[in-house]
Amino acid sequence: MNRQEYDVIIIGGGITGAGTARDCSLRGLKVLLIERKDIADGATGRNHGLLHSGARYAVTDSESARECIEENMILKKIARHCVDDTTGFFISLPEDDLSFQATFVERCRQAGITAEIIDPKEALRLEPAANPALIGAVRVPDGSVDPFRLTSSNLVDARLHGTDVLLYTEVTGFIIENGTVVGVMTLDTRSGEKGEYRGRITVNAAGIWGHGIAALAGVNVGMFPAKGALLIFAHRVADIVLNRCRKPANADILVPGETVSIIGTTSTRIPFEECDHMQVTPEEVNLLVSEGAKLAPVLESTRILRAYAGVRPLVASDSDPSGRSISRGIVLLDHETRDGLKGFVTITGGKLMTYRLMAEKATDLVCQKLGIDAKCVTRTTPLPGSESSSIEEAAGKIWASPTTAQKATVGRLGDNAGLIPMDDAYSQSLVCECEEVTVGEVNSAIKHLNVNNLVDIRRRTRVGMGTCQGELCGCRAAGLLARAHGCTRKARGDLKHFMRERWKGMYPIAWGDTLREGEYSQWVYSEVLGLNEE
Amino acid sequence: MQEQDLSKNNFEQCIKCTICTAYCPVVQVNPSYPGPKQAGPDGERFRLRNPFFYDENLKYCMNCKRCENACPSGVRIADIIHTARMNYSHSKPTLRDWILANTDFMGKVARPVAPIVNAVVGTKPAKAAMDAVLGVDRHRTFPKYRFSGFEGWLRRKAPDQSKFARQVAFFHGCSTEYQHPEVGRAFVRVMNALGYGVQLIDEQCCGVAMISNGLWNQARSHARHNVEAFRKTDLPIVTTASTCTFTMRDEYQEILGVDVSVVRDRIVLVEKFIYSLLDQGRVRLAFREDFKARVAYHIPCHMEKLGWSIFTRELLGMIPGLELTVLDSGCCGMAGTYGFKKENYAYSQEIGRPLFERIKLLDPDYVTSECDTCKWQIEMSTGVEVRNPILLLEEALDLEKTAELNR
Repeated sequence: MNRQEYDVIIIGGGITGAGTARDCSLRGLKVLLIERKDIADGATGRNHGLLHSGARYAVTDSESARECIEENMILKKIARHCVDDTTGFFISLPEDDLSFQATFVERCRQAGITAEIIDPKEALRLEPAANPALIGAVRVPDGSVDPFRLTSSNLVDARLHGTDVLLYTEVTGFIIENGTVVGVMTLDTRSGEKGEYRGRITVNAAGIWGHGIAALAGVNVGMFPAKGALLIFAHRVADIVLNRCRKPANADILVPGETVSIIGTTSTRIPFEECDHMQVTPEEVNLLVSEGAKLAPVLESTRILRAYAGVRPLVASDSDPSGRSISRGIVLLDHETRDGLKGFVTITGGKLMTYRLMAEKATDLVCQKLGIDAKCVTRTTPLPGSESSSIEEAAGKIWASPTTAQKATVGRLGDNAGLIPMDDAYSQSLVCECEEVTVGEVNSAIKHLNVNNLVDIRRRTRVGMGTCQGELCGCRAAGLLARAHGCTRKARGDLKHFMRERWKGMYPIAWGDTLREGEYSQWVYSEVLGLNEE
Repeated sequence: MQEQDLSKNNFEQCIKCTICTAYCPVVQVNPSYPGPKQAGPDGERFRLRNPFFYDENLKYCMNCKRCENACPSGVRIADIIHTARMNYSHSKPTLRDWILANTDFMGKVARPVAPIVNAVVGTKPAKAAMDAVLGVDRHRTFPKYRFSGFEGWLRRKAPDQSKFARQVAFFHGCSTEYQHPEVGRAFVRVMNALGYGVQLIDEQCCGVAMISNGLWNQARSHARHNVEAFRKTDLPIVTTASTCTFTMRDEYQEILGVDVSVVRDRIVLVEKFIYSLLDQGRVRLAFREDFKARVAYHIPCHMEKLGWSIFTRELLGMIPGLELTVLDSGCCGMAGTYGFKKENYAYSQEIGRPLFERIKLLDPDYVTSECDTCKWQIEMSTGVEVRNPILLLEEALDLEKTAELNR
């Protein structure tokens, strides 16, 4: 029994939970964040990583568009090391109605989004990977954002401001006294240990799983899981985000993210039971490749690394619980006014892009309930690591002539790369060769960033996210983890799990070079390292 | 579904088996060099993200191509590295690099005063000065320039080449013209004995040293010139130097983007050319009976890349009285102008060390090798004379009898 009482308990370690934890702690609240698995494990880590300009919503949802562009400009200032300011094109193909372009530009401007029509030839010069058949292009301030890093940075800052974080801890029930939620009951999924934590307010920020969390508290939030499948291509085929200039549809966004390109997405309603076991189907792969190739024909002949899927937490509007009228906007539910349950708040809907605004709204409500008058400062307070404006600048501050690995570390951690010990040959040696992640960076993640297993290391460092998908780095990272945790047996089990998880993403697209690499990897791990013997 | 099973992006065919790095001679001696896998396919993904990720240590690549030979996935690793150097490097060629790269220009300048140049560059003060001022390592021995070159000899001493019924065009390269005209003379004598006349072409330096020293535009201009000159004839373009051959056949296209497809198949090394003629029964050879030599064959890296050392081996194997040892395949460390440079000299010697030790142990009469820069390195480092295989062939053949057989 934990005697400490928190001001706020936040359920969910996705970007919404992490952002809310940061906002609350920056306003002086004592925060506990509880996540059933790892940070960014749900929809946060399973999307495009698109830094929306809002243009995608300009015609269909002007409110979302306005929110996006505002947050876009904020994130470009406070999360510079997580954001790649690539700009984006909305291209019109011969089969698209070019008259849509005029409406699109007009609505973008109304929402405050800079939208500039570009001559097709000039568009192709700026982005040679774009479909050469394009008949129109509009430039908007899209970009890309690394959701893992963004979540991690928010949590790092939250912890610096006193937030406690419990990972691999499931909320199994609520402590409700006199119609007020006063705490949660938990289960540590690793040790099986049960716990109770008391908080004055509990915030449900569990994404699609928030449906079940609300049910535990006896209230209903009408959510509908919508699956979105995406593909990762092995290198950066385009430097500019490519969208179709038409009403939003399937597979019409191609995002350059770090060293890869991501095409998506599909949209399929799925039952709740599937949320934890999503498979990408051959039909989805086909659709993504063929539609993607319309944006950038080179995708037809580019190696695919992985397929994955996320679940959008769509929320039915309270006035129409059937789910026919779905809002994609931010949904903040005060269960006191809505359901008569005090001390409980749900923040859901929204997008990765608007997490900060969601956090701000949720925290405003929490503060109001607690009677605290503290202003939100996340609009202007940079996340840790975001001080320099570019990789070049940040790297230059730390090393006179950085190696590629040091540059890559700066690319991930921004100014915080200076905190990583990388001076001797050992700490500079590579764990992950594809993504250039050093021993120093992995050890530092294990030490400071709540790492439990190899997949957690991947989310924090990109180990295993490159073309080899764990072939070279999995065993090395397992070795470091075994040393840090003093347990070889667990690390070996982790390694097996990690390799299976990598294979899961390769399986739907296992042909060509990815299949060859998968077979080689399997041979290394089962025949050379004997991982199948146990 | 994707139509192509394999990615069209060559660097994506890498499956990270790392065999290339195991075969890289540089990475074993120089820890600053990231190795072919990191420098090539892995680095490429980062450079595509942001050119800032380019690593200037890619300059340590010797372009020996051993990585490409080792690669089971067909990745053109060294091409990727050189293309990256071309596209992203911020370092500009120095005066030293320019001098080393312009082998034909330096030959022209040095020739009229060859004895003086040879005498001066051989002295300690001159070596010290070049070391300090230019960055050419003081330990290096320089090949000697000759007063009169190969082309002049051909015009003066063997003018009647057109009398032969069959003809070849000879791309002699810079070192045959300026430093080792005896190779060209041997080529002409052997070809004449086989019943072939030798025509000169309007050739320029193949440009390999310009490629490795970052003089990309000049290299491209040489490539275009040579391809154009080759197009003007339909004769086979026969060579005696493995690196020129490899550069013109492969590097023009893959690194410089100059289309060689119409002439590529006609560019052939003399050993392969003669072997094919023998194989087709179109020529016959008669050897001297008194020829005796113990010879060790060093296969140059670019011969390995061409895959043609088998022809040299078979041809030399026909020589009665020639005891041939094929040395374990390994780079000599010279790599053209690479080993001349002060910053590379120690690595260059370290890379070649196993080869030198083996040669010293064997103590052959000669080492034979198709590459002149291998020759300079091995002679300097072992004291054993290195001869182009065509010189051995010339010496072993009974040229008069051979000529009769092929009349």
